[in-house]
Amino acid sequence: MSAVGIIFSNIHNETIDELTRKRTSASIPFGGRYRLIDFALSNFVNADVTSVGVLTQKNYQSLMDHLGSGKDWDLSRKNGGLIIFPPYSSHRSDFLYENRFEALMSVNGYIERRHEDYVILTDCDNVNVIDYQDVLKQHENSGADITIVYRNQEVTSDLSDHMTIECNDEGRVVKATLRAKVGEVANVAVNVWVINRRLLHGLLVDAATTGAKSFHRDVLFANIKSLKIYGYHYQGIYMHMNSMENYYKGNMLLLNDSVRNELFGNTDKRIYTKVRDSAPTRYGDSAIVQNSFIADGCEIEGTVINCILFRGVKIAKGTVVKNSILMQDTSVGANCNIDHVITDKNVSIRDRNNLMGCEKVPYYLGKYATV
Amino acid sequence: MYNHKKCVAMLLAGGQGSRLKALTTKVAKPAVSFGAKYRIIDFTLSNCVNSGIDTVGVLTQYQPLILNEYIGNGQPWDLDRTFGGVHVLPPYQAKNSMEWYKGTANAIYQNINFIENYHPDHVLILSGDHIYKMDYQKMLEDHIKNDADCTIAVLEVSLEEASRFGIMNTDENNRIVEFEEKPAKPKSTKASMGIYIFKREKLFSYLRSDALDPASSNDFGKNIIPNMLNAGEKMMAYPFKGYWKDVGTISSLWEANQDLLGEAPEFDIYDSAWKIYSRNMGIEPQFIADGAVVSNSLITSGAKIYGTVINSVIGASVVVEKGAVVKDSVIFADSVISSGATVNYSILDEEVVIGEECVVGSPKGDGVEIAVVGRGCVVTSKSVVAAGANIEKEDK
Repeated sequence: MSAVGIIFSNIHNETIDELTRKRTSASIPFGGRYRLIDFALSNFVNADVTSVGVLTQKNYQSLMDHLGSGKDWDLSRKNGGLIIFPPYSSHRSDFLYENRFEALMSVNGYIERRHEDYVILTDCDNVNVIDYQDVLKQHENSGADITIVYRNQEVTSDLSDHMTIECNDEGRVVKATLRAKVGEVANVAVNVWVINRRLLHGLLVDAATTGAKSFHRDVLFANIKSLKIYGYHYQGIYMHMNSMENYYKGNMLLLNDSVRNELFGNTDKRIYTKVRDSAPTRYGDSAIVQNSFIADGCEIEGTVINCILFRGVKIAKGTVVKNSILMQDTSVGANCNIDHVITDKNVSIRDRNNLMGCEKVPYYLGKYATV
Repeated sequence: MYNHKKCVAMLLAGGQGSRLKALTTKVAKPAVSFGAKYRIIDFTLSNCVNSGIDTVGVLTQYQPLILNEYIGNGQPWDLDRTFGGVHVLPPYQAKNSMEWYKGTANAIYQNINFIENYHPDHVLILSGDHIYKMDYQKMLEDHIKNDADCTIAVLEVSLEEASRFGIMNTDENNRIVEFEEKPAKPKSTKASMGIYIFKREKLFSYLRSDALDPASSNDFGKNIIPNMLNAGEKMMAYPFKGYWKDVGTISSLWEANQDLLGEAPEFDIYDSAWKIYSRNMGIEPQFIADGAVVSNSLITSGAKIYGTVINSVIGASVVVEKGAVVKDSVIFADSVISSGATVNYSILDEEVVIGEECVVGSPKGDGVEIAVVGRGCVVTSKSVVAAGANIEKEDK
């Protein structure tokens, strides 16, 4: 039961424009010390999937920097391990791939040469802790060609371009729609698929002659009858980071004991990330901290309430930070009032600033901004 | 490059450290936790790599398992190298002998082959139980510039303290003229930090003759240094300025942890140009709950604080439950302080459980003896652990 993992690092780049202007959606910072891709990678590693390809398209410098050789996920291997695929265009054309299927075509050689039985495809615009061992087990037991991972939930607007499926008693997909209807309760695909490696390779080769372009339409939707496509019901946590509002909400959910426990509570299945060797966080004499999730390397002299602080954040005396997400190396001067603010990396806020946003529209400060 | 290193470091990490009481029953002193997320040896290893010394032999003997596993292939310190890197060196069986390391000098003597493999010009001898940041490269430059046979790093201490150290009496050029081990009436305040750089051939020749002397205790401070001085070798003192602490006792270990606290901590671990590296376990950020009180403390990943933490150093994944109070204490990783318990002036080792409403240590201020609870101890509810107590888990 061996599988290769393939991660689409930026299928959804445009969805949170502010955060992805200078990075892929895979490298969006989350939860104090993580990037979204850490969850996809850690889920693979925790399921012994140790050959992982990451497909990139644009803005992938920060992602390369984050991933390095893959050693922080234990993916620096002689056999398999992490491989980053920069965008590839042939000698005949020089445009980048535009969709999932074209992206896969560009790595068909890799898919062909691997020796694993299955390929697991996943997006990383979300946070989940899918147990791929379990998905693979079901895939194998059902004799499926393709398994679609879905959740049963009310369709929110962020999921409207996701596929919905209906399964029979055995779990085989009998009906599918390409777009979900907002407001309905349905089996919504979470854009994670298991597919037999040889089959995927064949489909990609055929696509060149049949002109297939869309993974959803031409591979899944068109083959419901001819291929054995099954659904896997994932009931765990799923935070879709496709808007500033959802991004804010998702981070804030980490202040909830049960959410933290589901994501991080299993000590056999850690979420790995790039190691930065930060010192522990130092709380000063005048620090007041309530209900906050705080990474290492921070120095806190002021008041912090309902916040997510990333590594290396500094908060000076007399400052009150509430309901905010401060990313790596943000520095807040003395006597500031900060509420509902998201600061990107290396933002500095000088003394006596008052910054305020609201839950629906948090006030966002871009990388290296100074106010 | 691939058959020659300018300087190889040998790190003495074999001592039992019995003065650390329960903290070293299962682990060697260099593997004892420090500063919430570190182990003592991290400081010396980080100094090596930050100083550009990429070949380090770590001499282990007492309870080496945790230390060996911790060091691993040296990757966290960037010491996984093709040629060089970090190597753990336990005593081994040779054709004609099988000996434990009898003293610090004997430990190096038994590993002459390891050093020779790198053909170094100089050998740096280090201890694995000191907390400090030091650029060994500068000391090495000094050593080479002086054409010294041996250079010893020294620290200015107060006259009262001087009688606890090996004291170097030097001339105006920092050349060592006399060495006194723990003198009753010190003539100088230059204390040896246990950091030596030797010319390789000199070191080897003194180690070999020392090995032939049955009366020797095979110790650098007691034998090698005095022998070299008596023979008139050129021995220089290298003055070091900055924070340095031998954490060989419970009270000095507690103090050194406290030195990380305050608005301008005595020992700064936030310098991005001199990072302290450590093995990282992929633990999530810490959580400070509603109703928690946290002040003047150092806390690391995975800790969950629902109660009160003041003037304390809290290790990874420690849980301080609601209503629990931790003050002036050092808590190592994975310990739990249950609700209603109070912990004052204590050091709790890893995986300790303090039951509900226990009272550990004494809240009385300066001079109170530190209570120590050893690895894996479970203190049942409503128990009292007196100040200065030393609790160990019994082996079954």
